[in-house]
Amino acid sequence: MNGKQLLETLDLKTVCGSVESFDGVYAGDLLSRAMSHVEADNLWITIMNNMNVIAVASLTEAAAVILAEGVTLVPEALEAAREKGICVLSSEKTVYELCAGIAKNM
Amino acid sequence: MDEFSLYVLDITMNSVRAGADTILISLIEEGDWLTFTVTDNGCGMSKEQVESLSNPFFTTRKTRKVGLGVPFLTMLAEMTGGGVKITSVPAKNEDGSENPDHGTVIKGTFGRNHIDFIPLGDMVETVKTLIQGSPEVNFSYVHTFPGGNVELHCADLRAMLGEEISLAEPEILAWIGGYLQEQYAGEEA
Repeated sequence: MNGKQLLETLDLKTVCGSVESFDGVYAGDLLSRAMSHVEADNLWITIMNNMNVIAVASLTEAAAVILAEGVTLVPEALEAAREKGICVLSSEKTVYELCAGIAKNM
Repeated sequence: MDEFSLYVLDITMNSVRAGADTILISLIEEGDWLTFTVTDNGCGMSKEQVESLSNPFFTTRKTRKVGLGVPFLTMLAEMTGGGVKITSVPAKNEDGSENPDHGTVIKGTFGRNHIDFIPLGDMVETVKTLIQGSPEVNFSYVHTFPGGNVELHCADLRAMLGEEISLAEPEILAWIGGYLQEQYAGEEA
């Protein structure tokens, strides 16, 4: 599944940036855990929405952050994501629904 | 970081890296609140540096020494209804003059009964780890909670043992561990 197929299959909204491709997925909200478990080119699914999310995505070189359950980034975080070129996507689905949807289409 | 003691370790290491030789770690649990304060006499920070601490990009990209420690601490504090306040006096002013009373105070308040608060973790091991890593630093550790109080002052130990004995000696560290455990056991947390 490439980035375009991901957006279409899961009906994701693009908040900022773009994702061409990805390799693997991590789901979780404890940022210190995510920092050590998100691998480069991963999709990272979370319900956290602050500036630190963008910092962790940047450090781990995630392909994109998917915000689940309709959460939106706080304004400073959105600004940082744009500035650092981090791709952020969003969905009304739960973390589980997103994971299941991706797994089904891999 | 799923235990509070890891935050204590992380934040205190900033004081060590700031060249402090005296560091006070205080944990006060009272009512719904845990107040965590680290007071050091390290090199301190300018007003701009203090302000930039809340920005993880500044901290991770430009001053790697600081890391995500403060943003994570602030996040945990705010998630549990509290907050973090940092005051600092730099060793050197912009005009080059020196401040004899330089250092940094980081004070965080946390809702200790909040559903998103995390377990305290192993404070005894944390204190031992800090002393082992920087035996030359005079750490003071004070933990006050309903019904009890635990304290350790490295300067007192040094006065008893003499300057030439390192607090990182295995026997000394084991004694420190036992001394703290005993206080915790005697005064139910």
